[in-house]
Amino acid sequence: MGAGHAHALYVHEHSVLHRLAPETKIAALFVFVLSVAVTPREAVWAFAIYAFLMVTLIATSRVGFRFVLIRLAGVLPFVVFAFLIPFIASGEQVEILGVSVSREGLWGAWNILAKAVIGATASIVLAATTEVPEILRGMSVLKVPTVLTSIAGFMIRYLELIVEELGRIRVAMTARGFDARWLWQARPIATSAGAMFIRSYERGERVHSAMLARGFTGAMPDLDARRAHVSDWVKASLLPVIGVVIALVAMVLT
Amino acid sequence: MHAPDGFLNTGTAVATGAISAGTIALALRHAKHDLKEKQIPLAGITAAFVFAAQMFNFPVAAGTTGHLLGGALAAILLGPHMGVIVVTIVVVVQALVFADGGLTALGYNILNMAVIPAYGGYAMFRLFRRLLPKSAGGVISATGLAAWVSIVLAAMAFSIEWLFGATAPVSFTHVFAAMVGVHIVIGIGEGVISGLAVGAVMASRPDLVFGARDLDREQVADGRRVKMRTFLIGGLVAALFFGAVISQFAFDNPDGLVSVAEEAGLIDSGADRALGNSVFADYATAGIQNESLSLAIAGIAGTLIVLAVGWGLFAAMREKPPEPRRGRVGT
Repeated sequence: MGAGHAHALYVHEHSVLHRLAPETKIAALFVFVLSVAVTPREAVWAFAIYAFLMVTLIATSRVGFRFVLIRLAGVLPFVVFAFLIPFIASGEQVEILGVSVSREGLWGAWNILAKAVIGATASIVLAATTEVPEILRGMSVLKVPTVLTSIAGFMIRYLELIVEELGRIRVAMTARGFDARWLWQARPIATSAGAMFIRSYERGERVHSAMLARGFTGAMPDLDARRAHVSDWVKASLLPVIGVVIALVAMVLT
Repeated sequence: MHAPDGFLNTGTAVATGAISAGTIALALRHAKHDLKEKQIPLAGITAAFVFAAQMFNFPVAAGTTGHLLGGALAAILLGPHMGVIVVTIVVVVQALVFADGGLTALGYNILNMAVIPAYGGYAMFRLFRRLLPKSAGGVISATGLAAWVSIVLAAMAFSIEWLFGATAPVSFTHVFAAMVGVHIVIGIGEGVISGLAVGAVMASRPDLVFGARDLDREQVADGRRVKMRTFLIGGLVAALFFGAVISQFAFDNPDGLVSVAEEAGLIDSGADRALGNSVFADYATAGIQNESLSLAIAGIAGTLIVLAVGWGLFAAMREKPPEPRRGRVGT
């Protein structure tokens, strides 16, 4: 946690998107991604508009295009799979640059690529403009069971700690000459994972008793009880409304 | 296996979403006992552990690495209900905060990475526990085998979802062969690491392993170790057997399977054309000569998954509420 208490995925800025109430952003994201997912893939123009909307969204959020592009690398494995589809798919073949590929396969690849990239971009902007506790508060306003959101909250709170602890074990092992290259050399890694589980569990018990000692009754107090204004909902609904309209038009036209 | 938005069609996303949501609701109701003790911090920190375990690479061969999925491991350490809740939270946070996996893909991602590995893996764990000796070694081996099978089950489930919701003309048999083939190998790593991790927990806090609660102190201390090499060779033999059986069924002797399936009433050869045009994505069955073959493979794989997950679910629900698992057991 080098940079204050903000998460690495959060970009500290002062944009309209940062100021919106989290529940409005989450609801907007869901509706928008849903409308992208149901848009017929033949409506290429619709995806062009979605892409333009995403560029506008990134510009409005002031998180920077470089940041979003780097984070987009997360969808890479499926992009690789999408590129394979035209070569392994069946159906009518077309020639591109002297290589025979499936026409239907190309459409399939385009479909996965376009929807995956737009969906991931929208999610990245949400995470970059909303701090994690805010996302969780938004989810509980949207009636996600409190048990789930509070477990998720603790998970995120302790995630970096545990990852760093695992990293330290790794460094200690490497420093002592451990360099496993084959699965049957993996025992020390597995046992350190087991040790990590015990540490995590015992830390959980300690944290729980410490919280009980401070009057924990099973629910976290809501310190920032700011509710969404109507204006928040109006601003946030801009993106999904455009998305739904485009999706509907695209469905009617194709 | 974090599928992005638009990977499968809308109908499949909605159907798997409904299945996943229903199962999570069930798990939440049954885990109430644990959560009522206000063990929320505990669940959260172990969720962070599962998340971290997924980021942690282990060597596979010649320096290449793989990473854990951890569904079966979580179910065996925490109990199936808590396991499924914890892994679901990991998957949801990965989608919402880390943009890893699509939001509209949450239905099938939760089904494949949380529900099936946790309940299916737990069912397999119980099965292997019955076959293996009641000792720490037995628990460790059962964990390894169950974790391995859980990965294969998840790969099967993914292929079946592709049959229903394909968005590109890659036939079901190809996807099935590739997914199951690759995951039979990847799953060995999952099995080895899960088994050894449970072994490490049993060595100092056996009381924390949900799946080993029935062992008493002497059985835990029963030090007959299952050697790493024996375990690996056993896993490899099982993998070869699994692969051989599947390839036998799927590719060498399709007619035999189809006729068996027809006799068993799994498929109605007269009606499958109509089926292929309605329920199943045209893509996944297009381009292969024998449509009933893929339906038969899917039918058998689907039955296996439903049996495993159903058994895990019922075994978990019938279990007595866990005794308080606090305090050390002498080492």
